Amino acid sequence: MHFDSQYFIELFASGLTKGSIYALIALGYTMVYGIVGLINFAHGEIYMIGAFVFFLASSLLTVLGLPMWAMICIATAASIFWAGGYGYTVEKIAYKPLRNAPRLSPLISAIGMSVFLQNYVMLGQTEKYLGFPEVIPEFDFLEPFASTFSSSDFVIWVTTVIVMLILTWIIKFTRTGKAMRATAQDRTMAELVGINVNQIISATFIIGSALAAVGGILISSHTGSIHYYIGFIAGIKAFTAAVLGGIGSIPGAVLGGLVLGMAESFATGYFSSAYEDVFAFSLLVLILIFRPAGLLGRAETEKV
Amino acid sequence: MSEPILQVQNLTMDFGGIRALNKLDITVHSGEIAALIGPNGAGKTTFFNCVTGIYKPTAGDVFLTPGKGEKPVSIKGLKPNIVTGKGLSRTFQNIRLFPKMTVLENVMIGRHCRTKTFILGAIFRPPRARREEREILLHSYRLLEKVGLAAFANDFAENLSYGAQRRLEIARALATEPHLLLLDEPAAGMNPQETEDLNALIREIAAEGLAVLLIEHDMKLVMSLSQRIFVVDYGSKIAEGTPKEIRSNPAVIKAYLGE
Amino acid sequence: MITAKDIRRILLVSGWFMILTLPILGMRVDPLSDNILWRLKNVMWVGLGTVVLQSLPHLWHLYLYLQAGMIRLWHHLMGTPPHKIVEKTAHRDSLINRVITNPRQRAILCAVVLTLTIIYPQVVNEYQINIMIMAFLYIMLGLGLNIVVGMAGLLDLGFVAFYAVGAYTYALLNLHYGINFWMALPLGGIFAGIFGLLLGFPILRLRGDYLAIVTLGFGEIIRVILENWIELTHGVAGIVNIPGPTFFGLGLTPSQKILYLYYLMVLFVVITIFVVNRLQDSRLGRAWLALREDEIACQAMGIDKRRTKLAAFSLGAFWAGIAGVVFAAQNRSVYPVSFSFLESAMILSIVVLGGMGSIVGVILGALILILLPEYLRELSQYRMLFFGAILVLMMIFRPQGLISVVRRKYDIDSIKAEEKEGGA
Repeated sequence: MHFDSQYFIELFASGLTKGSIYALIALGYTMVYGIVGLINFAHGEIYMIGAFVFFLASSLLTVLGLPMWAMICIATAASIFWAGGYGYTVEKIAYKPLRNAPRLSPLISAIGMSVFLQNYVMLGQTEKYLGFPEVIPEFDFLEPFASTFSSSDFVIWVTTVIVMLILTWIIKFTRTGKAMRATAQDRTMAELVGINVNQIISATFIIGSALAAVGGILISSHTGSIHYYIGFIAGIKAFTAAVLGGIGSIPGAVLGGLVLGMAESFATGYFSSAYEDVFAFSLLVLILIFRPAGLLGRAETEKV
Repeated sequence: MSEPILQVQNLTMDFGGIRALNKLDITVHSGEIAALIGPNGAGKTTFFNCVTGIYKPTAGDVFLTPGKGEKPVSIKGLKPNIVTGKGLSRTFQNIRLFPKMTVLENVMIGRHCRTKTFILGAIFRPPRARREEREILLHSYRLLEKVGLAAFANDFAENLSYGAQRRLEIARALATEPHLLLLDEPAAGMNPQETEDLNALIREIAAEGLAVLLIEHDMKLVMSLSQRIFVVDYGSKIAEGTPKEIRSNPAVIKAYLGE
Repeated sequence: MITAKDIRRILLVSGWFMILTLPILGMRVDPLSDNILWRLKNVMWVGLGTVVLQSLPHLWHLYLYLQAGMIRLWHHLMGTPPHKIVEKTAHRDSLINRVITNPRQRAILCAVVLTLTIIYPQVVNEYQINIMIMAFLYIMLGLGLNIVVGMAGLLDLGFVAFYAVGAYTYALLNLHYGINFWMALPLGGIFAGIFGLLLGFPILRLRGDYLAIVTLGFGEIIRVILENWIELTHGVAGIVNIPGPTFFGLGLTPSQKILYLYYLMVLFVVITIFVVNRLQDSRLGRAWLALREDEIACQAMGIDKRRTKLAAFSLGAFWAGIAGVVFAAQNRSVYPVSFSFLESAMILSIVVLGGMGSIVGVILGALILILLPEYLRELSQYRMLFFGAILVLMMIFRPQGLISVVRRKYDIDSIKAEEKEGGA
C-alpha cells in the first residue's frame, strides 16, 4: 500500500487535538486521585456542564449584542465559575462525608452523582443535540495549513499548552500548590503541619473542574454540538488517559492524553471509525492488565 | 535434635534501595517454640511476610517440611494461600480478622484450604458436601473451645476484646492445620492475666507437636516459652541461642540498649 | 434550636444552590429564535427546596425538645417524678431480619408471599402482570449482581454486558438455527459465564476501583460492537420476532402466554433465591465475604483469591446471561440500546438500595425501583435522576441498605451434642 503522508499528518493533527482535550480532562482525574485517592466519576459531567454553561452564557450575551471577544471572555469565565462551583459542591455532598468509608462507597456515590448530573442536565435542558456556536475564528496566517488542520485545532493546542504552563506554575510555586503536593503525599502529616486539608481538597476539585470546563468549551466548539451524554464517554476516555500515564502523576496525565488521542486517531483513520470507543476501552483494559502503574506512575505496595 | 521444619537460607529483601532483610539464616525444628526478637523496625514482620509469601524476597531461599517424614520443599515466591496449604500459618501484628463475620465463621474460614466444596456442591449439597460442612463446623467449634471463645461463637468478631481477638486469630490460624505457626506479637496489648493464659495456650499448642515461631516484645514471655531465640537488628541476624545465651550476649545488649 | 447562625447558613447554602442551578435549570435557548427563555421559577423551587431540606433536622430537634418539655410539664402537673428519657441506642435487628432468622416465621412468610404471588395474576389485568414480570426479571438480575457486588465485593459496572450476551445468544441462535427458548436458556447462561471467565481471568487481580472502570469499559465495548457489527447483530435495528417460551409444544393463546411467562418467572425467581441462599451459607459464600473484608488475611488463611473471585464473577455473569435469554423471550426483540451503562447503574441501584448481600433487601429494592416509576407515571421521566440520587444518599446515610445483612447464627447446643456423639 502506498503511504499517504498528507493523510498521516492529518491524523496526527487530529490526534493531537483529541489528545489535548483528553489531557485537560485527565488532569482533573489525576489531581483528585492524587489527593483523595478517589476516581471522581462525575468529572466527565463537570466537563459537560462547563460546555452547557458556555453555550447558555454565549447565547445570552449574543442576544444582548456584545462583541465577539467580550462574549468569549465572559462566557468562558462563567463556564469556569459554574464548573468549579459544581465540582466544589459535588465534593462536599457526595465525597466528603465518605472520606473514611470503605473504598467502594465513594466510588458508588461518584457513579450516582454522574448519573444524577447527566439526567439533571437532560431534564433541565434537552435530550437533543444542540448546535454549539463556533467561537474560534479562522486565522489568516494558518491559511497554508488549511488542508491539514483548522484554526480550532491550532487554538486547542495553544490553549492546552498555556493552561498546562499555568497549572505547572500553580503547583510548583504557589502556596496552594505546595500544600496540594504535601497533602497528596501524606494527608495526616499535612494536617499536622497546619495545612487546611479540606480547603486544599476543595481547591483541587475547583482547579480540576476549571480545566475540564476549558476542555469542554474547546472540544464543543471544535465539533459544533453538545449533548448531555458527551461527558460520560469523554470522562471514561480521560480516565483512561490518566491511568495510561500513571494515575496521580500530572505529566503522566498529559502524556497519557496525547498517547490516547494519537492511538485513537490512527486507529480510526487506518481501521474503522465505528469502533473508536472500542479502541480506547481496549487500551484501558490492556494497560490495567499489563502495566497498572501506567507509563510514569509508581507501583503501590500494600503495607501488611 | 528433631528434624528441621523451616529452613530459611540467606533471605534478603530490598524495598527500593533499602535493605530490610540481610542474608538471614533461620532454622526452626519441629515441635520447638522459637522466638524472633529485635528492636522496632528490625525487619521481623518483613521476615514473616517473606516466609508466608506476602512479599517476594529479593534473594535467598525458604524450605518447609510439609509433614512428618516428608522432604523439605522450597516455598520461596509461592502465593500465600499455597504456603498455608503446605502447613504454615500465621497471625498478624495489627489484627486482621474479618470484623463483620461471626467469631465462629472467622475460624471456619481457616478450614477453607482443607475442604473442597465449590459452586455446585454449595448449591446441590450432596451428602459429601453436608458431611464436609459439619466437619468444618465441629472442628472450628472445638478450636474456639480450646482458645476459650466458645461462648462468643455467634458474636461479631469486631465486638471481641483486644486479647480475645488475638486468641481468635490463633484459633483461625490453627484451623488451617499448620505444622508451623507464626505468631506476630501475640501478647501485644494484653494485660498480665491474658498474657499468662496465652503462655499456657502456646505451650498447649506446642505440646500437640506444632512448631511455633513468635515475634514478641514481652521478654518475660519470650524467655519463659522459647527453646531458641533469634535476634535481628537492621535486617541481619546478630545472635541465636537459648534464652540463657541470649541474655548474656553482648551484641544483643548493645542492640537493645545502644552504645 | 435554630440560632441566627443556623438561619444564615441555611440561606447561604440555598442561595448557593440557586446560583448553581441558574444556568442549567433557569435558562434555556429557544432552538428556533436563539432567544433565551428564562425559567426562574425552577430556581426559586430549588431555593425553597434546599431551605426545607436543611430545616428538617432542626425541626426534628425542635420536635424532640418540645416533646421532652411536654413530658416534663405533664409530670410536673401530675406530681410524679420525671423519668429519664432513655435513648434507644442498643443494636436491634430490624423486624424483617428477626423474621427471616427464625425458621418457623420464615417458613410462614415464604408461604404467604408465594401464595400472594400465585394469586396475583388472577386478580389484575395483563398490563399489571407484564409490569410484575419485568420486576421479577430485575429481581433475578439484582440477585445475580448481588453475588458479585454484595457477596464478593467486586464492583462490576459492566454487568449489563453479560445480560446482553444472554439476550443475543438466544436471538441469534433462534434466528439462524431456530433454537427454542429452553435450549437457549442454559446456552445463554453458559456463554455469558464463559465471557465472565475470559474477562475475569485477567482483570480480577486489579484493585477494586480499577476493576469497576474496566468492567464499565467492557460493558461499553459490548454495546458498541452490538451497534456496529451489523452483519451479525443487525445493529441498532435489533433482532425482532423472537418467539416466547414454548409449553410442551402446545399452542397457547396470547393471554395464556402471559400467564405462562409470569409463572415461569416466579419459578426462576424462586430458583434464584434458593441458589443464592445456599451459596451464602457455604464454604464459598463465607470465602467471598471474607475476601470482601480483608484480602490479605484471606490469602494467609489459604483462600485462593483469584479462583474464589472468578467463581463469583462468572456465576454472576451466568445469571445475567439467563436473565438475558428471558428478557429476549419476554420482549420478543433485542436492541443494543437496552444494554447501556444506565441499565447497569439501575441494577446496581437495586442492590445498593436493598442492601448489599441481603436477599430480601435486593428483592425489596427491585420492587421499589421498578414498580414505583411504573405506577407514578408522571415521575417516570425522573427515574434515572432518582437512581443516581439513591446511590449517593444510600452511601452517605445508610450504606448497609434498607435491609442489612444478618450472619447466620449457629445453634451452639446442637453443635455440642453432636460433638459429644462424635467424641464418644
